[in-house]
Amino acid sequence: MYDNNQPILTKLFLRKYLILRIYFYKTGMSNKIDIRSYKGVDAVIRFDRVTKQFVDGTKALKNVSVTIPTGKLTVIIGPSGCGKTTLMKMINRLEDSTSGDILIDEKSIRNRDEVELRRSIGYVIQRIGLFPHMTIAKNVALVPTLLGWTAEKTHHRVNELMNMVGLDPDIYINRFPLELSGGQQQRVGVVRALAGDPNIVLMDEPFSALDPISREQLQEELKNLQLQIHKTIVFVTHDMDEALKIADHMIVMRAGGIEQTGSPNEIIHKPANDFVRQFIGLDRINRQRSFGQRELSELSAYFFQANTGQQIVSVKDSVDVSAAIELLGQPNTDVLAVYHDEEFIGYVNQSGLLKAALAMGEGVSAND
Amino acid sequence: MTDFLDTLQSRSDLIQQAFFEHIYLSFVALAIGVVISLPLGILIARYRKFAEPVIGITAVFQTIPSLALFGFLVPLMGIGSNTALIALIIYALLPILRNTYTGITSVDSSIIEAGRGMGMTKTQVLKQIEFPLALPFIMAGIRTATVLTVGIATLATFVGAGGLGDVIYRGLQSYNNSLVLAGALPVALLAIAFDLILKFVEKKATPKGMKI
Repeated sequence: MYDNNQPILTKLFLRKYLILRIYFYKTGMSNKIDIRSYKGVDAVIRFDRVTKQFVDGTKALKNVSVTIPTGKLTVIIGPSGCGKTTLMKMINRLEDSTSGDILIDEKSIRNRDEVELRRSIGYVIQRIGLFPHMTIAKNVALVPTLLGWTAEKTHHRVNELMNMVGLDPDIYINRFPLELSGGQQQRVGVVRALAGDPNIVLMDEPFSALDPISREQLQEELKNLQLQIHKTIVFVTHDMDEALKIADHMIVMRAGGIEQTGSPNEIIHKPANDFVRQFIGLDRINRQRSFGQRELSELSAYFFQANTGQQIVSVKDSVDVSAAIELLGQPNTDVLAVYHDEEFIGYVNQSGLLKAALAMGEGVSAND
Repeated sequence: MTDFLDTLQSRSDLIQQAFFEHIYLSFVALAIGVVISLPLGILIARYRKFAEPVIGITAVFQTIPSLALFGFLVPLMGIGSNTALIALIIYALLPILRNTYTGITSVDSSIIEAGRGMGMTKTQVLKQIEFPLALPFIMAGIRTATVLTVGIATLATFVGAGGLGDVIYRGLQSYNNSLVLAGALPVALLAIAFDLILKFVEKKATPKGMKI
């Protein structure tokens, strides 16, 4: 290489080139070590007074503080434009906060290298997002390749994951995404997000583009998968049925703020306010509630306007049926006067409640 | 017909030389055109606010009639093959530039976001996603530019750069139809041949998964 006939510049160039390569090789190594040391066992994500204002002035998030628990499937739900996707994209810094901080295991991600951070977090996007020019194997192996895993380890991981979601590796890994059905493609999408063995997986309305049957299948599969892998999954959706079906924990958002957090059960049985109640929908609440948990306001069809009783007790329409029955059972009460705020709505007595119970028989049996 | 064959035989030296000059001009112009407009196309796809003006400028060049462009360049550059090359490069720019830009910007943004979200660097996204997916567009642009350049190179004769235009021009001046044909026919064949070859390359450049 260094024979004397070579001009001096060529020699210099060759030498420099070698030095550069060694340098890059070394920095590459140190990156890999960093990634492992960042992976704690836990993966709690905490938003601390996070505000996001876009360049055009719209505020997507207003002073949001919330914690996403580790090892659970947390669903962020809200109407479109409520900032749920923005909130999620802040976790892997596809969006940066205007103010406030986001912490993973109490370490701020503000100063972490974006690329390194993203490689340690799985990401499944809306619609498919598979690379159409790469085979399934290459798609799934993307993050392991970026992380510099050996070919053998990567291959092993790809096969393991494909089997996990019921796609035979021998059949599928050499196919291209467009040769697969929508449901199969999104299975691969999920698998690809898990390939680098991240502790956190972000899913941005992953099943919204699928037909209803595949969607239900994948929801079921995701739930079962989570039982095996226990990742901290952040799942964004606007579909309440989907949320209630898969969530361990829910965050309900509206207009850049958080309305309520809690388990699906808590959200359904104790909606924090009218918005949450409305957003869940009366039907869904009723499906989950026994007749006794319903509020009097839902039974206005069984109210009467002319007073027939003697002993009247005034109640608010937010009182539930079991409390109303309790009241009517007392000796000095035979009619309730129901008020919404200060406004009188109507009278109700025991027979009215019985009629309502008969008419809403479905609601009663659903919870028995 | 026999006239034509006679001409081919008797002028074979001239035709052969012109043929190679023609190929030389077309190819060098094309190569430099690619070297300029491919990175430029990628760059304006990155910084989109520059896209309009840059493509606009090349489009203005494109609208100048080729003979006029050669005419403009002569007072500036003198005559010779360099002048011809510059004119040809200018014509090759637009198709390649525009197709590179279109190709890269038409890559589905959700695919790019998936790449970024999984931790690919900008360079990796460009090399592994945007470029391969834009390649069929880019090849189509190069193909258009090639056919265009081979055709326009015929005019290089007017700035003394040779090429098959020489043969045609000589034929025209001496009212020798056979000689005109002996120049025109190879140009046409050359253009068709390149087009076919590049069509094949374009097909090959389409990523396998995209053909389904």
